[in-house]
Amino acid sequence: MLKPANDNPPPAARTDGRAVLELTVANHPGVMSHVCGLFSRRAFNVEAILCMPVGDGRQSHIWLLVHADTPLEQMVAQLLKLQDVFSVRRHEAAHDVFVRLEEYFRE
Amino acid sequence: MFNLTGAEIIVGLLERQGITTLAGIPGGCNLPLYEALARCGRIRHILTRHEQGAGFIAQGMARVTGAPAVCLATSGPGATNVLTAIADAKLDSVPVICITGQVPRAMIGTDAFQEVDTYGLSIPITKHNYLVRSAAELLEVIPRAFAIAASGRPGPVLIDVPKDVQLQRFEFTEWPAPGQPAAPPAVDEAAIAAIAERLAAARRPVLYVGGGVVACSAGEQVRRLAERASIPVAMTLLGLGALPAGHPLALGMLGMHGARCTNLLLEEADLVIAAGVRFDDRATGKVREFCPHAAIVHIDIDASELGKIKTPATAVLASAGDALAALLPHVAADERPAWRGRLESLRRDHPLRMDGCDDVRTPYGLIVQTAALLDDEAIIATDVGQHQMWVAQAYPIRRQRQLLTSGGLGTMGFGLPAAIGAALAAPDRTIVCFSGDGSLLMNIQELATAAEENVNVKVIVMNNNSLGLVHQQQELFYQGRLFACDYRLKVDFCAIAEGFGVPACDLGTAADPRARLAEALAAPGPRLIHAPIDVNEMVFPMVPPGAANRDMIGGATHVEACK
Ligand SMILES: Cc1ncc(C[n+]2csc(CCOP(=O)(O)OP(=O)(O)O)c2C)c(N)n1
Repeated sequence: MLKPANDNPPPAARTDGRAVLELTVANHPGVMSHVCGLFSRRAFNVEAILCMPVGDGRQSHIWLLVHADTPLEQMVAQLLKLQDVFSVRRHEAAHDVFVRLEEYFRE
Repeated sequence: MFNLTGAEIIVGLLERQGITTLAGIPGGCNLPLYEALARCGRIRHILTRHEQGAGFIAQGMARVTGAPAVCLATSGPGATNVLTAIADAKLDSVPVICITGQVPRAMIGTDAFQEVDTYGLSIPITKHNYLVRSAAELLEVIPRAFAIAASGRPGPVLIDVPKDVQLQRFEFTEWPAPGQPAAPPAVDEAAIAAIAERLAAARRPVLYVGGGVVACSAGEQVRRLAERASIPVAMTLLGLGALPAGHPLALGMLGMHGARCTNLLLEEADLVIAAGVRFDDRATGKVREFCPHAAIVHIDIDASELGKIKTPATAVLASAGDALAALLPHVAADERPAWRGRLESLRRDHPLRMDGCDDVRTPYGLIVQTAALLDDEAIIATDVGQHQMWVAQAYPIRRQRQLLTSGGLGTMGFGLPAAIGAALAAPDRTIVCFSGDGSLLMNIQELATAAEENVNVKVIVMNNNSLGLVHQQQELFYQGRLFACDYRLKVDFCAIAEGFGVPACDLGTAADPRARLAEALAAPGPRLIHAPIDVNEMVFPMVPPGAANRDMIGGATHVEACK
């Protein structure tokens, strides 16, 4: 699921042809299983995932870098059906969060 | 002020939800819950012989009433056994609450005795699930579970409760309000107006309705719309009964085993109003070629269904009943003589061929004659296989929630326990379960439950001594290479039933099988009716898997249709 930069040079504009989704979710141990389970079950192509608690720790944000061939509308609709997912924001264009993160994955 | 254990809180909350009957099997990790049930004494517990039976009994109750029903299982094997019934409820959108025991919190993750990751296992097959971490949480989780199960598109919720949470005491001052279904989304009037416009312009409209219509009891709205604008109505397996069989505009089931006239009429449609359906491949055939000349209007309460398979020209996020009710005032009466004429001529030339329908020794005869011996109050359950499709084709389903069948998952073994659940929920009705010999053997142990509870369930075993539908597929699509489908041993179902305490009769040896059938159906309590079926019988017509619905094989005819 989590794809760090591999041996091939990482694509320059890393969010080209991709989209970034920002989820607000309940922060409890099962949430990641629910969200990740959805990708494999529905064959959604997720390139990267990042999760951090926010605020008082009762909620988390999950950031997803999604491949262009993923039916985004369908993915968002399915995510919104999860009881622990409160909202989904779409960032169509390149978003900083994964670009800057990539530094940590370079060997 | 209440000072109760987790187990007592669960029982109290179930009572407050109106639960009077539930099914399950006790074991080490849910014994505190069972003790609380025993102390309470007001909830009837049905002790099944397998947890899958308990899951399907809960489904039977929920499918008949539309309200959430409850099943219980212990940790480990109890939980894994119940999962098939939960997955089945997910695919057919049935509100079931499953409460499983779990090892004590301190032992979770240690591979303790009878520990499995029930939470993890149930994620993809439930609408939602919980691992409860304190007795206090139960006050929130249980009402929430009922609300989730019954809201929007219904579905199963699993609640995993560690044993020590069941034993933990908690003090509270007030019970929470029982969980209720959320109000359905408001109907988008602009979209409704757009549909009305399309309908007014359409010359060959059809309604394609499914389980979503039955779930919100929208049959009446379907009928009124269909009659006012002369729209033929095709139903999915789970939609049967939305418009009564025999209604001049009822096309019966569409798709893989639909009548030729039904699939051919859909082929010509210029507008499809799809309500409470999900464009399942068994209904649509090759999806790109489904209703190739039609614009599609899709009404569903589940946003993720809109556009999942087919991109609709107009989509409405709403309950089917609300949307159709909103549409009605915008629709002018229209007789559509040409389109109705086309329907009549297709019906005349390509009817469903029901050979042998007055002889109870044939599949159609058995089903049609059974229907003739019952009234519309009867509830019909099926298992999965040829017999299921014959019932869907030939039994005149005239009410919503009259037919209980496993559509999405197609689970052999569904029929008997679901029928028992139906009988528990509707004790005044006759429940008939059409089963196959293969399917019945998958949950035959529940005959003991049926006998013990003396439920009014008549199991009709259509016995071809074979996995008939597999036999048919190998015959048609695997060069007749029959393998692993015909049983070598002939099971004596009547003797088995008697062994379980269920009286049985054999139509195969009866001098007057119809009279024998009538007698068994009229007798009170559980009965097994054994009906031998020729193994070479096939369900026709059939759209080969992957083919377009117009490409049906078999069942073509000019043989007289049977009424
Ligand atoms: C639990 C389960 N296992 C396997 C199948 C695949 N399957 C579908 S129909 C069928 C044969 C059913 O045989 P039977 O119950 O005797 O009914 P018949 O087709 O003979 O009427 C099988 C094996 C299934 N649907 N469910």
